[in-house]
Amino acid sequence: MLHIFCPHCGELRSEEEFHAAGQAHIPRPLDPSACTDEQWGDYLFFRDNPRGLHHELWIHAAGCRQYFNATRDTVTYEILETYPIGARPQARAQENVPQLAVTGQGEKV
Amino acid sequence: MQRYSGFGLFKHSLSHHENWQRMWRTPTPKKVYDVVIVGGGGHGLATAYYLAKVHGITNVAVVEKGWLGGGNTARNTTIVRSNYLWDESAHLYEHAMKLWEGLSQDINYNVMFSQRGVYNLCHTLQDMRDSERRVSANRLNGVDGELLNSKQVADEIPHLDCSRNTRYPVLGATVQRRGGVARHDAVAWGYARAADALGVDLIQQTEVIGFRKENGAVVGVETNKGFIGARRVGVVTAGNSGHMARLAGFRLPIESHPLQALVSEPLKPIIDSVIMSNAVHGYISQSDKGDLVIGAGIDGWVGYGQRGSYPVIEHTLQAIVEMFPILSRVRMNRQWGGIVDTTPDACPIISKTPVANMFFNCGWGTGGFKATPGSGHVFAASLATGEMHALAKPFSIDRFHNGALIDEHGAAAVAH
Repeated sequence: MLHIFCPHCGELRSEEEFHAAGQAHIPRPLDPSACTDEQWGDYLFFRDNPRGLHHELWIHAAGCRQYFNATRDTVTYEILETYPIGARPQARAQENVPQLAVTGQGEKV
Repeated sequence: MQRYSGFGLFKHSLSHHENWQRMWRTPTPKKVYDVVIVGGGGHGLATAYYLAKVHGITNVAVVEKGWLGGGNTARNTTIVRSNYLWDESAHLYEHAMKLWEGLSQDINYNVMFSQRGVYNLCHTLQDMRDSERRVSANRLNGVDGELLNSKQVADEIPHLDCSRNTRYPVLGATVQRRGGVARHDAVAWGYARAADALGVDLIQQTEVIGFRKENGAVVGVETNKGFIGARRVGVVTAGNSGHMARLAGFRLPIESHPLQALVSEPLKPIIDSVIMSNAVHGYISQSDKGDLVIGAGIDGWVGYGQRGSYPVIEHTLQAIVEMFPILSRVRMNRQWGGIVDTTPDACPIISKTPVANMFFNCGWGTGGFKATPGSGHVFAASLATGEMHALAKPFSIDRFHNGALIDEHGAAAVAH
């Protein structure tokens, strides 16, 4: 079981209190209606799914009910850091991920 | 290939079973193959077998980083059914079901396919409506299915708690009587042996670490033991498909999650069918050895570690005890995880890719085992001709851009 440090509560809590909400830092297209089918499909459905470091969104569902981000290794499951929405991660994924088709992106959260 | 038969078993018993032929060779890779298949699980081996048998293409290699059938083929709960809601998936899984029905004879290997019936329980009025719709859709597609009321369910599944006092009372169920279970390892070994006999090279302990491309077309695979040339490449790597796509330079709409399963200590026969419930979220069958084979949902986060978290197991067993209170004191023997490649619409991707001559067969998510023969059969046809088989066409990766999704979440989300 994962033990996750909630940056809002400032405590280590057990995984049962949390809910994983997928990849973090996905920029929403600023003008969705101007997107091509390819850009919109990429935004909706395509994820990095890395074997290694992964920046992901979590919610402390049975606690403070707030969202935060985490950097986790998807092979060892080690959580390197948790950080509030809007902050930048300290640990960065090394792998070079093929770029999205999306341009004109919104603010990265 | 030495054919297996009752007489052969008797003959070998006279020499204390010490002279059985090895099931497959351990070949040295050739320089170039017509087709290289990456991934030696059930789907990859089935693809190799049908390439050789149906299409006469025997200059084929299966490259596997570990051992044959050591990934999800060895880790699933062996359920076989074809009662999917939408036409595209019903046709694909029914194609697989028909191949299952003759598989042991076809590959001369007993895959212990047992059509003991698969029940999907309904606990709410909406469940009943959805199930009635699904059974009707199944019948229109030539897939058998029946809708049962709670009295019939109680009669057919003796130890299931069908009383009115439960939190989620059983209102009815659907049953596909042609559904059942098969011996997962035997499927991989049987396909491997049959493919090897037709000349396919099974290359184990060889990991693909890259793809060599020329002018946007793949010309071979880089492995940790050197380069292997290929005119066409088929990638069938389940949970690692996203990683393979990254090596090839494109992305897939796939997330890899751990899916856990567990078995109990062996018991005397108590459950003679497969019982699944979407609402209380668990499924169970009993193996011929007597252990209860139990599974449920995925761990919610992306993971490649072939293990999951304890709360998921706890939820799974809560569901099983809710359905079968009689099992509340059964001890669990083993628990494990496999890495499943889930897609947004819970349907597989059998498709060409942005790289010419490279084909992917992935995204089977939590329910690929049941499709093993059909998946291999249609993927082999696609690799042989270079054009997608008619049954595979709707499962193109293009659907995530043109919106033609096949939303099987309702029919298949949990109950694999």
